[in-house]
Amino acid sequence: MASGPESMGSVRMMPNGPGAAAVLAAGMGCFAMGVLSVLEDKLPALARLLNIYRPTGPLSGLSTAVIVVWVASWTVLYSCWKRRNVNLGRAVTIAIGLLAAGALLTFPPIDDLF
Amino acid sequence: MDLTTHGFWTMVHGMGFGSLYLLSCSFAIVELSRRYRPQSSISVADEKFLGTWLVAMAVVAWITVLTGAYVIYPWYRAVPPAGAALAAFPQALLKSSLNTIEWHAIGMEWKEHIAWFTPISITMAAAVFVHYRGCLRDYPQLRTAVLTFVIVSCGTAGVAGFFGAELNKHAPVDGGGTIKLIQGSGR
Repeated sequence: MASGPESMGSVRMMPNGPGAAAVLAAGMGCFAMGVLSVLEDKLPALARLLNIYRPTGPLSGLSTAVIVVWVASWTVLYSCWKRRNVNLGRAVTIAIGLLAAGALLTFPPIDDLF
Repeated sequence: MDLTTHGFWTMVHGMGFGSLYLLSCSFAIVELSRRYRPQSSISVADEKFLGTWLVAMAVVAWITVLTGAYVIYPWYRAVPPAGAALAAFPQALLKSSLNTIEWHAIGMEWKEHIAWFTPISITMAAAVFVHYRGCLRDYPQLRTAVLTFVIVSCGTAGVAGFFGAELNKHAPVDGGGTIKLIQGSGR
């Protein structure tokens, strides 16, 4: 997805990599919420594992795991792309696709299909 | 006229922070869509204000989901001891009737997960805006992504808010101590 540095005339533009990293990581975080909510519902062992704060139940571990996935993917993508220009259109399309898929997976009637 | 402490904190979570977030969305959406088109302009002061606004939205979104998950939700999902009146146990009350069980099975099950999309989306939007500011105009796809995630954050907050309000109507989160607001005068 990465390409060389971009410039517009004599004005050097900011690299788009940091923006692409943030957008893609947000999509990954939302998708992780969708996938983990389905898995937690179907796998009692995973639900028990995610129960890290008893009053809140498995939601405590699930939301913590999602935040870890989101922040870790943002950190890795940022460190790889901070000075680069990447295919922004592709990154945005993938991020919005992940966001939509994650939102659908959290909807209980769709969760019940699995 | 009094309130219970659980009812008070539920109100702070939903009518306080949740409503504040929803109200703040329209300004962010309008400003991002009209000020960051190619050839549009914005003053430095207005740009700084919008950046501060987005950061404040992110803070409010995190406070809302964290109070929801770690303060209100434990009261909602508390398991009643055998023979206890279900009125003090909202999840058990909703699940006790076929007329209300879907408010839990669809409403709460969806709300508790989709609500987390809001702080993730708005934090990303705020971070990208603060990093790029006026340069967003040079990247229409990035501007579209930021705007999309802000709109999604508003939508997911709306879903969580709608179900929160309906759930609390059908099975109020109540209990704890009592906060007396006004002593009755017998009028």
